[in-house]
Amino acid sequence: MESLSNKKKVLVPKPLSLAERMYLPAIASGLKTTISHFLKKPATVKYPEQEREFSINWRGMHSLKRDEQGRERCTACGLCALSCPAEAITMIAAERKNDEKHLYREEKYASVYEINMLRCIFCGLCEEACPKEAIYLDGPIVPADYLRKDFIYGKDKLVEAPLEK
Amino acid sequence: MEIDFVIEKFILITALFAISLLIAMYSTYAERKVAAFLQDRLGPDRAGPFGILQPLADGVKMFMKEEIVPANANKWLFMVGPGLAMLCACIGTAVIPWGQDVQIAGKTVALQVTDINVGLLYIFGVISLGVYGVMIGGWASNNKYSLLSAIRAASQNISYEIAMGLSIIALLLVTNTLSLKEIVSQQHGFWADGWFTWNFFKQPLGFLIFMVCAFAETNRAPFDLPECEAELNGGYHMEYSSMKLGFYLFAEYINMFVSSTVMAALYFGGYNYPGMDYIAAHWGPTWAPLFGSFIFFMKIFAFIFFFMWVRWTIPRFRYDQLMGLGWKGLIPLAIANIVITGIVIAIVNNF
Repeated sequence: MESLSNKKKVLVPKPLSLAERMYLPAIASGLKTTISHFLKKPATVKYPEQEREFSINWRGMHSLKRDEQGRERCTACGLCALSCPAEAITMIAAERKNDEKHLYREEKYASVYEINMLRCIFCGLCEEACPKEAIYLDGPIVPADYLRKDFIYGKDKLVEAPLEK
Repeated sequence: MEIDFVIEKFILITALFAISLLIAMYSTYAERKVAAFLQDRLGPDRAGPFGILQPLADGVKMFMKEEIVPANANKWLFMVGPGLAMLCACIGTAVIPWGQDVQIAGKTVALQVTDINVGLLYIFGVISLGVYGVMIGGWASNNKYSLLSAIRAASQNISYEIAMGLSIIALLLVTNTLSLKEIVSQQHGFWADGWFTWNFFKQPLGFLIFMVCAFAETNRAPFDLPECEAELNGGYHMEYSSMKLGFYLFAEYINMFVSSTVMAALYFGGYNYPGMDYIAAHWGPTWAPLFGSFIFFMKIFAFIFFFMWVRWTIPRFRYDQLMGLGWKGLIPLAIANIVITGIVIAIVNNF
C-alpha cells in the first residue's frame, strides 16, 4: 500500500565487504576501545570504608528530634501512625510529670514509640504529617539483622542523642 | 653421571610443574583483575594487599566444597575426566626449551626437560588428547547439556586442529625441523641476513591462523561455546563440584599458559631478544641464559594478557559461524599460506 507520510524506509541488508568479512579490522577497533579503559579511574566505591554521599532528598532511617533545649519534640499525637500507609508506627502516650519538664517539650509525650523497619516503605508521610517537626527520615540505610524482632526500633534507637551541655 | 642427570631432570620437572600451577593460579586472579580494569572496576582486592591472596582463598574454597557424584553417572569415567584434562594440560610443557644451556657450578644444564626431535608433533598430540578429558567428563555426567557441550568441544577442537596443523606446515617449510629446541635457536637475536629472525616476520599469516586456532583449542572467548552459560547451563563441567571442577577450570588456564608458550616459542623467538649477544658477552654463561628465560616468560605473560584482553572484547561466535570460520575461512587460508610459502622459499633459494 502507498505510504501517506513518506517516512517509511525499506532496509535492504547490505552484503558485507571483504574487510568486514575478515573480522580483523572490527576486532582491532574493539581491542582499542577496551584497552582505552584499562588505565581509566575505576568507578568503584569501596563501600564499607567509603560511602557515597546521599542525595539531599534521600529518606533513610527515622530519627526523633529534640528541640534547642534538648527536650523531645514528640507529643504522641499519633498523626504519623495514622498517615503511615504501611502501618509501621505504633506508640503509647503518657502524661508529663512536673519533674520531667526538661525532658519533654509538650505535656503529653510518647513513652513507647516503635517503628517496624520491615514494614516501613520510607515514603516520608510521617515526616509530612508531623505537626511538631519531631520525626525526620534523615538517617543512614537501616542495617541488616538476623531476627524479625530486631527490626522493631524503639526509642533507644530512634531518639536523637541528647544535646551536649 | 647418571644420578646427576636424574636429579637435574627431577628438579627441572618439579620446577616446571610448580611454575605452571602457579601461573595457572595467578591467571585466574589476573583474569579477574584485567576484566575489572577493562570495565573501569577494581577487581578482587580484599584478600591480602591488592587481593593477591585471592587464588589461595579460591583454592581453599574449592577443596572445602562437597563432592557430589550424580547418581546415574559413570563413576569411574566421571573421575577420569578432570584427571585426564589436568594431565594433558601439564605434560605439554615438557618439550619447551625454556632457555639456552645454563652453566651452574661448572656443569652445563639444559633448560628443557627433553629435546625429542618431534617436539612439535608431541605438543599437537598432547593438545589433541586434551579434548578427551572434556569429552569423557561430559559424557560420564549423564546430563544432556553436559553431553551437548562435550560434543561441541570435540567438534570444535577437531575442526580447528586441522587449520592449526596446516598453519604449522608452512612454518616447518621455513624451519626444516620439528624439534622445538632447533626452531627456537634458529630465531637467534632479532635481525640477521637482512631480515628479522623471528618466525612471526616470516610467517605473519601463519601466526594469525595459529593464534585463532589456539584460542579455539583452549576454549577461550570468543570460541568458548563448550561452556556458554546462557545455552548450556555451564557446559561440560555442570555436574562437577569441589576440586574436580577446580581441575577443569585449572586445566583451562594451564592450557592457556601452554599455548601462549608455544606461540611465543614458535613465532616470537622464545628466549631470544634483540641484543642478546651483547648481554651474553657481558653477563657470563649463567646469568645471560636466565635473563633470556625471563624474557621468554615476559612474552608468555604478554600472550596471556592478550588472551584475556580478547576475552573481554569480542562476543561469542554462533555455532555455525564458528564452523564456517574454521572450515571455510581458516583452512583454505592455511593451505594458501603453504603454497605461497613454498613458492617464496623456492624463489629465494634459487635466485
